[in-house]
Amino acid sequence: MFLQHLADGILSGAVVSLGAIGLSLTMKILRFANFSHSELLTWGAYSALIFLSFATSFGGMFDQNIGPFSFGVSLLISMVFACLVTFGIALFLHHFVFERLSRKAGHMTMVFASFGVALILRHLVVLIWGSDPIYFSNDLQFAVLLPGNIRVMPDQVFLLCLTIVVVVILHLFMTRTRTGIAMRGVSEIPDLARISGVNVRVIINCVWLIGASGAALGGVLYGLTVQLRPELGFGLILPLFAAAILGGAGSLYGAVIGGLIVGISENLSVMIIPTNYKPAVPFLLILAILYCRPQGLFGERPQ
Amino acid sequence: MSPVLEARDVVAGYSPNLPILHGVSVYLNAGEIVSIIGPNGAGKSTLIKAIYGLLTVSSGIIEVDGSSIIGFPSHKLVSAGVGFVPQTGNIFTTLTIHENLIIGGAALSKSEALERIDDIYTMYPVLKDRRREKAGILSGGQRQILAVARALLTQPNLILLDEPSAGLSPMAANELFGVVRGLTKTGSAVLMVEQNAKAALRISDRGYVLAEGQNRIEGAASDLLANTEVGEIFLGMRRGYGSKGGT
Repeated sequence: MFLQHLADGILSGAVVSLGAIGLSLTMKILRFANFSHSELLTWGAYSALIFLSFATSFGGMFDQNIGPFSFGVSLLISMVFACLVTFGIALFLHHFVFERLSRKAGHMTMVFASFGVALILRHLVVLIWGSDPIYFSNDLQFAVLLPGNIRVMPDQVFLLCLTIVVVVILHLFMTRTRTGIAMRGVSEIPDLARISGVNVRVIINCVWLIGASGAALGGVLYGLTVQLRPELGFGLILPLFAAAILGGAGSLYGAVIGGLIVGISENLSVMIIPTNYKPAVPFLLILAILYCRPQGLFGERPQ
Repeated sequence: MSPVLEARDVVAGYSPNLPILHGVSVYLNAGEIVSIIGPNGAGKSTLIKAIYGLLTVSSGIIEVDGSSIIGFPSHKLVSAGVGFVPQTGNIFTTLTIHENLIIGGAALSKSEALERIDDIYTMYPVLKDRRREKAGILSGGQRQILAVARALLTQPNLILLDEPSAGLSPMAANELFGVVRGLTKTGSAVLMVEQNAKAALRISDRGYVLAEGQNRIEGAASDLLANTEVGEIFLGMRRGYGSKGGT
């Protein structure tokens, strides 16, 4: 039982990690808590649905499932489409809401604005797709039995593997490329990066690209393993913030480890507390980390 | 020959309604080291920030190589041949020394930046030896050397230094002034704001004394060192100069 809960925790933590990467980066670089970030997961999942519907109408190779998975090539392509659409939305919000507000208003105003943006984004989904749950695939999937009597769906294995690949690519990007290093510099001292010749606007756009793409992938994978509904992102808002704060704002590894800790603690908690109280676990984690180590597990204090 | 930098009648401050500089003028020729000195609140750092576009300039002219740079975004000034080393927060402490230098070469192509970083390592072996270490563990003097090295990567015609010796031990400050003196060998001009007036003037060609946001005295560095009026301004003994404190 313990191993099953642990496995479930790792899998749900992987989705949280993908969403938390972007939230953590924007919290550090843009210096505000963006409560609309979780809605990017919802938009990522639903925008993948648009491409998937088009691809399915063509049939053929697009429609055939890959191996034991419940999806075909069309879903993989729709993930790329979802990343682009979500990036477009994030960029639009940044330039027309957050950047404009940051010139005139304080951080609290931006936080409240992000609440408003979240409401608009969520209700736009209801307006366009309705409030009923939607599934990427109606195919039945059978769980695979792993050692330790752990049962997982093939799609969940894909979710975990894709998360690992994304994290490795991001790690290489942040440590080996000039843009990635500049991004880390901007997150520490934006003014110094600027006077060193870094075009901070371009870097901020890159942050949104990574953040929105991570959210889109997280949303699609969540929709793949659970279901699509307009409250998809709203339900993840607390776990996302818990993961970002736990790991330390701006830390890629922190967001990933934070996401896994949140997912595992939520799932293990049901062994000792009623399931209804499960959503309170991320909140307790936020309180604990803010009390013991405000900069998070991997957050660094500039010396 | 036109000066590398010419700032004329500059009025600037942190708020347009509350200027700190009231018509300051300075110029700088190629290969020169010029120090801006003065008591606290004289507007020295404000001047350097205004030149670098970090503060709003209400009126006046700021030209580099004959072209106005007012309103230029900071990252474009690097490409225009202007380097700036701020007084504080001048290195990325959570990045390695090598990564700090990579950011310094952001305006260059990748191959050009790596080539220049190799040159920097030759000039400052202390940085090469510790290239993989986090910059946050460097001593005060080594941090300033890294900050200057970062600004040097683009081989700027003009380097602005804001109180480079602040917080350094006398030995580290001497080492740093040696580094500053060496900057002109490549033809760069250095405009340095410094509290340690005597040490700064000893390595400078010329100097300006500011007080209350205005030019007070200017001339050859050796003349300023011998000028008793400069000391009076610093000590606030002369009525109207430093007696009221800074802005």
